[in-house]
Amino acid sequence: MRTPDLLRFASSSLAGARTRTLLMLLAMSIGVASVVVLTALGEGARRYVTGQFAQLGTHLLIMLPGRSETTGGAPPLFGQTPRDLTLDDAMALLRARSILRVAPLTVGNAPVSRGSRDREVTVIGATYDFFPIRHLSVGSGQPLPLIDPQRSVNVAVLGSGLRRELFGSASALGQWIRINDRRFRVIGILSQGGESLGQNLDDMVVVPVAAAQSLFNAPSLFRVLIQARSGQDIERAKTAARDIIRERHDGEDDVTLITQDALLGTFDKILRALTYTVGGIAGISLAVAGILIMNVMLVAVSQRVAEIGLLKALGASERQVLRLFLVEAVMLASAGAALGVVIGIGGILLLAQLFPAFPIAAPLWAPLAAVAVAVGTGLVFGVMPARRAARFDPVRALTGR
Amino acid sequence: MIELAGIERDFTVGDEVVRALDQVSLTLPDGDYVSVMGPSGSGKSTLLNVLGLLDRPNDGSYRLHGEETTRLPEEARAALRRDHIGFVFQAFHLVPRLSAADNIGLPLVLAGVEPHARDARIHEVLESLDLLDRAHHRPDQLSGGQRQRVAIGRAVVMRPGLLLADEPTGNLDQHAGSEVVALLEQLNASGITLVVVTHDPTIGQRARRRIRMVDGQIANDSGADAHA
Ligand SMILES: Nc1ncnc2c1ncn2[C@@H]1O[C@H](COP(=O)(O)OP(=O)(O)O)[C@@H](O)[C@H]1O
Ligand SMILES: [Mg+2]
Repeated sequence: MRTPDLLRFASSSLAGARTRTLLMLLAMSIGVASVVVLTALGEGARRYVTGQFAQLGTHLLIMLPGRSETTGGAPPLFGQTPRDLTLDDAMALLRARSILRVAPLTVGNAPVSRGSRDREVTVIGATYDFFPIRHLSVGSGQPLPLIDPQRSVNVAVLGSGLRRELFGSASALGQWIRINDRRFRVIGILSQGGESLGQNLDDMVVVPVAAAQSLFNAPSLFRVLIQARSGQDIERAKTAARDIIRERHDGEDDVTLITQDALLGTFDKILRALTYTVGGIAGISLAVAGILIMNVMLVAVSQRVAEIGLLKALGASERQVLRLFLVEAVMLASAGAALGVVIGIGGILLLAQLFPAFPIAAPLWAPLAAVAVAVGTGLVFGVMPARRAARFDPVRALTGR
Repeated sequence: MIELAGIERDFTVGDEVVRALDQVSLTLPDGDYVSVMGPSGSGKSTLLNVLGLLDRPNDGSYRLHGEETTRLPEEARAALRRDHIGFVFQAFHLVPRLSAADNIGLPLVLAGVEPHARDARIHEVLESLDLLDRAHHRPDQLSGGQRQRVAIGRAVVMRPGLLLADEPTGNLDQHAGSEVVALLEQLNASGITLVVVTHDPTIGQRARRRIRMVDGQIANDSGADAHA
């Protein structure tokens, strides 16, 4: 039997059972479409998180005081408490050639008031370099002054939300506010939407780090943001930073360094796994579609017993009958898969229209895998009905015994 | 030339064994015209199915053109059926979704004949059946007589040497029935060996050679002496 004839015969029998064929196409296409859409959502989530990390800053290292347990190493023999991570420590890091910028940070909560309005907000003590490292932009006024970090100057840059709450529609620049009963002059307002990793800077206030240290009476820094000169410099910067701190802390390795890439890599791995999982779960619907195909083909075989007997009487071999029914099942599965890919891509485009901020995107492997699984399913679940058809005794098939 | 010797065919129903064919021996020279008659359940259809290689006897020998067929694998028997044997059934057994032309062409498709050669052959057959104007009709758009003529066209489209008809007029009225018999006899006249199972004595009497079956055995064979 020639291949075009085989395909024509199979499609004529599929067309002959229209309702059944349409239902099967529906089941298979829903399965494939859900794999495509769900993996695209997973991939979108991954891209979203990656994008958030990029916002946090590029080539970024974060230094925390104290040794992280997870980095291993023996516990200190003499039970020392970790040394403070001081401003001098932070600024000493700039000695390393691989380090471009350093932003020492102190963070605390304090009441902020202006006149009768007051609020408890997060106060960030930072330096001028904090702004470029975190890609923060100042909507009006200026960022923190470029001064010796040790100098405590009572100026403040307000988040836009906080500005609104304290000043309403009045102008804030040049005005005075109180933080913990100390007066600070407002010199700048952050642009709106300065959000990264869930931290909304809209409701915060940024002051010089020395001023914050004296506000909170905290000699140790909360952390130090370190920006390496380039992507290749990250590892070098990490080693250099560790060496410099060890030297300054009498040989103690008492800080923790986190590279953003390591964090990002972890998230990336988690979200990829999530995408595979979601894809796999959607894949179950493909298996269900496969079982449906088997069921429907079994019904088709029993409805077409006389036809099978006839084909055999006309000289079709068992192998030919087997092939006919297999081709039918695979055609059904392939058409359903193709339809499913179209529906899935349509769904993705629709979601992209509805949620433009979410970077939804189908990973290429998903539709390919879905189609492969669909066709494979058609083949596997088509075998049993096809074998049953092939083994029919033609005499009994023709007489309906 | 067809030679059956000592053919037995048993069917097991529950724990009872039914002997549908019991020591049947029969020789049919090429071009023979044979009718098979007998009471219902006497084994006529089973004999036809054995002759058509659709059914395999439990015992005995069946030589087709000198070749022993009973021990051939299923694939080889299918190929012999395709190339040498045509079937006509009481219930026509046309494929309902295919046109008359496509039904007639089905054996050619199964045999992998090129579309060009196929179309020429189908045209030829439709013409000889006087069904050219019905070529694109589906079976449900044809009368019973036309359906059986399409089925006969399908049976002979591969130019087989043996044509087997199991009560071909059983579902037809008098007029359509005699048309079908005339067509079968015309094919026999052009050289094909024809075996017709029938309940109708007037049709049965028309055959050159008449076989009567009772209880799975050949009770009477008008041509037995001539070929003994
Ligand atoms: N597939 C089968 N299974 C069981 N019994 C069968 C089968 N085919 C035929 N028989 C039995 O064999 C006998 C002969 O049947 P058949 O050849 O169809 O008779 P006829 O065509 O002469 O009416 C009957 O008793 C019938 O019941
Ligand atoms: Mg019968």
